[in-house]
Amino acid sequence: MTHSPQTDGIVAARLDDATLAAHFDDLHPILDDHEARVAADRCYFCHDAPCITACPTDIDIPLFIRQIQAGMPDAAARTIFDQNILGSMCARVCPTETLCEGVCVRNEAEGNPVEIGRLQRYATDGLLEANEHPFTRAAPSGKRVAVIGAGPAGLACAHRLAMLGHDVVIHEARPKPGGLNEYGIAAYKAANGIAQAEVDWLLRIGGITIQTGSALGRDITLDGLKAEYDAVFLGMGLAGVNALRADGEDLEGVRDAVDFIAELRQAKDKSALPIGRHVVVIGGGMTAVDAAVQSRLLGAEHVHMVYRRDRDAMGASEYELDHAATEGVTILTNAMPLKITGNGKVEAVEFAYTKAGPKGLEQTGETFTLQADQVFKAIGQTLEGAPDALDIDRGKIVIDATGRTSVAGVWAGGDCAQGGEDLTVTGVAQGRDAAMDIHAALSA
Amino acid sequence: MADLTSNFVGIKSPNPFWLASAPPTDKEYNVRRAFEAGWGGVVWKTLGEEGPPVVNVNGPRYGAIWGADRRLLGLNNIELITDRPLEVNLREMKMVKRDYPDRALIASIMVPCVEEAWKAILPLVEETGADGIELNCGCPHGMSERGMGAAVGQNPDLIEMIARWCKQNTRMPVIVKLTPNITDVRKPAQAAKRGGADAVSLINTINSITSVDLDDFAPEPTIDGKGTHGGYCGPAVKPIALNMVAEIARDPETADLPISGIGGVNTWRDAAEFLTLGAGNVQVCTAAMTYGFGIIKEMTAGLSLWMDKKGFTSVDQVSRRAVPNVTDWQYLNLNYVTKAVIDQDKCISCGRCYAACEDTSHQAILMKEGRVFEVDDSECVACNLCVNVCPVDDCITMKRVAPGAVDERTGKTVPAEKGDWTEHPNNPMVSAAE
Repeated sequence: MTHSPQTDGIVAARLDDATLAAHFDDLHPILDDHEARVAADRCYFCHDAPCITACPTDIDIPLFIRQIQAGMPDAAARTIFDQNILGSMCARVCPTETLCEGVCVRNEAEGNPVEIGRLQRYATDGLLEANEHPFTRAAPSGKRVAVIGAGPAGLACAHRLAMLGHDVVIHEARPKPGGLNEYGIAAYKAANGIAQAEVDWLLRIGGITIQTGSALGRDITLDGLKAEYDAVFLGMGLAGVNALRADGEDLEGVRDAVDFIAELRQAKDKSALPIGRHVVVIGGGMTAVDAAVQSRLLGAEHVHMVYRRDRDAMGASEYELDHAATEGVTILTNAMPLKITGNGKVEAVEFAYTKAGPKGLEQTGETFTLQADQVFKAIGQTLEGAPDALDIDRGKIVIDATGRTSVAGVWAGGDCAQGGEDLTVTGVAQGRDAAMDIHAALSA
Repeated sequence: MADLTSNFVGIKSPNPFWLASAPPTDKEYNVRRAFEAGWGGVVWKTLGEEGPPVVNVNGPRYGAIWGADRRLLGLNNIELITDRPLEVNLREMKMVKRDYPDRALIASIMVPCVEEAWKAILPLVEETGADGIELNCGCPHGMSERGMGAAVGQNPDLIEMIARWCKQNTRMPVIVKLTPNITDVRKPAQAAKRGGADAVSLINTINSITSVDLDDFAPEPTIDGKGTHGGYCGPAVKPIALNMVAEIARDPETADLPISGIGGVNTWRDAAEFLTLGAGNVQVCTAAMTYGFGIIKEMTAGLSLWMDKKGFTSVDQVSRRAVPNVTDWQYLNLNYVTKAVIDQDKCISCGRCYAACEDTSHQAILMKEGRVFEVDDSECVACNLCVNVCPVDDCITMKRVAPGAVDERTGKTVPAEKGDWTEHPNNPMVSAAE
């Protein structure tokens, strides 16, 4: 430790190695066998259970929990993976408080839902650790499908296609597969290399080739893929980021939060990562929370997360916001950035208070300034590099209920496509369902 | 405050809670700890005849079943009677009784079915100052293979015979402990009474295998790859014990025979229930083996407070209080019509009542928009399954359809007068009598 949280500027090693290691370890440790049995015992096995309906991948939650109760967690894992092949990461990153756990009848009974997410992790991690892949491929179909993006949607699509006997080639622009699971999630949510471990396990189905460093529009074209493959699935996510459109955005120390999160995830040595003393994160979604919390965990003394609308409009869940507050992040709402000031380097951010008006957000006229030596922009990602032939609506590739785009033979899913919230679990569901439709089309 | 003192067949104790004959009462050290904790009495672990004592297995003696958080629900054992020399037990009993004269000390005895054996041991026990004896006619494992324990308890003639021998050979009150591993528990109770026994105690443990090791394919508890049935006890056996106690209490032949209630007494409430169904006191074992002797404080305080609230001043006032309400099925009032009612404010919409009724019962619960569950009175037979599977206390209750109102299921007016099977037109015996 060469610096402290009080060191001015953007510096590395504000905390000692042991503290950093503890900060970026698993947020919630895995349940042990006994804890899992006790937690599972709380499930009522509801009729037509609300948790299943709330799950974008329709996992039969009461069934897998009963399988844990019955002492057969591997069967529980199979139930989960049947519906969601990235069940282990989803167990960690799903906002369960707004999905399955949010509708658990135990909330009504005692304000405390069954710990579905942790139980799902208990079951799926066990199978991953045993390195057992329970699925096998159907007889080869002779068909080949190209998948763009090795994120949750692409991987789910590829696995299902491979299972059904098709050969799949995934083109991934980044050096490693995993997508947001690998590059876009806070480190403490995916500790111990779980994202790569899950991808490796998933690929054991066979029949899937991943070409990393291969980006659509740069290295390959949609027309080329259409000519070479029997079908194409687009799951490239949202590679672009929104600009603040505020003065001073180009000052040194102003950065996209997604880059910070990605760098942090890939860094083996957290003490080598520089972080500001006064950090301001602009945005109200999960990315903003992940950037703000991890800034604190790296040792930033003051971290403000500022959002232009009210708390209800924030993309981050109440649970995530509580977590951020617990980690010492100050959350300010109804404030929009006017300008970033500084002499070459960022020194402060000036904000205007806002209120909802008849024509949208209005400034109240009152302003305030936050000291900042580092600013992270987390105001949303955008679709980048989508082929011109595709219909795009409000920044998303237009798809039908089965994932078909406006171009015949091309399907899409995940964050780059319409439908659902931009969640890992939604991407998995769309990828899986598109695979089923591709299979139907290829089998016709 | 309610007076908990107990006088059971002349044996006095400061409260009606005795420790049953079992491992907790096998020696002086344990019994002294029990009395210090506040137990009213102990039935000393079963004594055998003089000579080399029995031996126990050197592997596990107990098996169990648990709830999810390892709450012990049922315990089974293959331990035999005391494996310590008779004279050691007798000497310790005498010292304990000397130091705790206000507590009940009863000797459980099991010797071969010959009069000489009983004649030999009874004076030795009497000499300790013990307050009474309990004849172990229930031990279901090991000893029964040697013609004792449950082997005697399953033969009413033998029960009558040894009860008579004991009454003829000792001044001490004689309690006969009965096995539940029998078709009709009234028969051994009647035999005990014919033999002159002062009381019966029940139930002893139930023949059981707690589980099977699915790797070794051996019953639990497993000794070197083999297992044998053990005696089942603990909370899981209480309903069986309650019924057997009630059967004896309401049998005209044994209605005046005092009963010491045993089987799954875990709290004051269990004790109160045994008392109301005919027991004069209760014996406890598994609860003490699970939690230690300290539970006696919960039991005495709880029973006392409940009696205060009910206005009972003595244990005798509680005993047998529910016996008149135990009857045969044929006398149940068929004109008592109830319907399940779901309290929508308490309902958490889990739908368990719906699944149970729709899949396994009478399709009398409707699932409506927004997961609202309602009872269809025109289908509800008031089976109570929905009440039993509902995870919320008092959410579903049974409400009586008032006499004079129409039962929507049958379309008939509910009669005000009682009507049972003995007078029902569908009963062939009724038309035969006409």
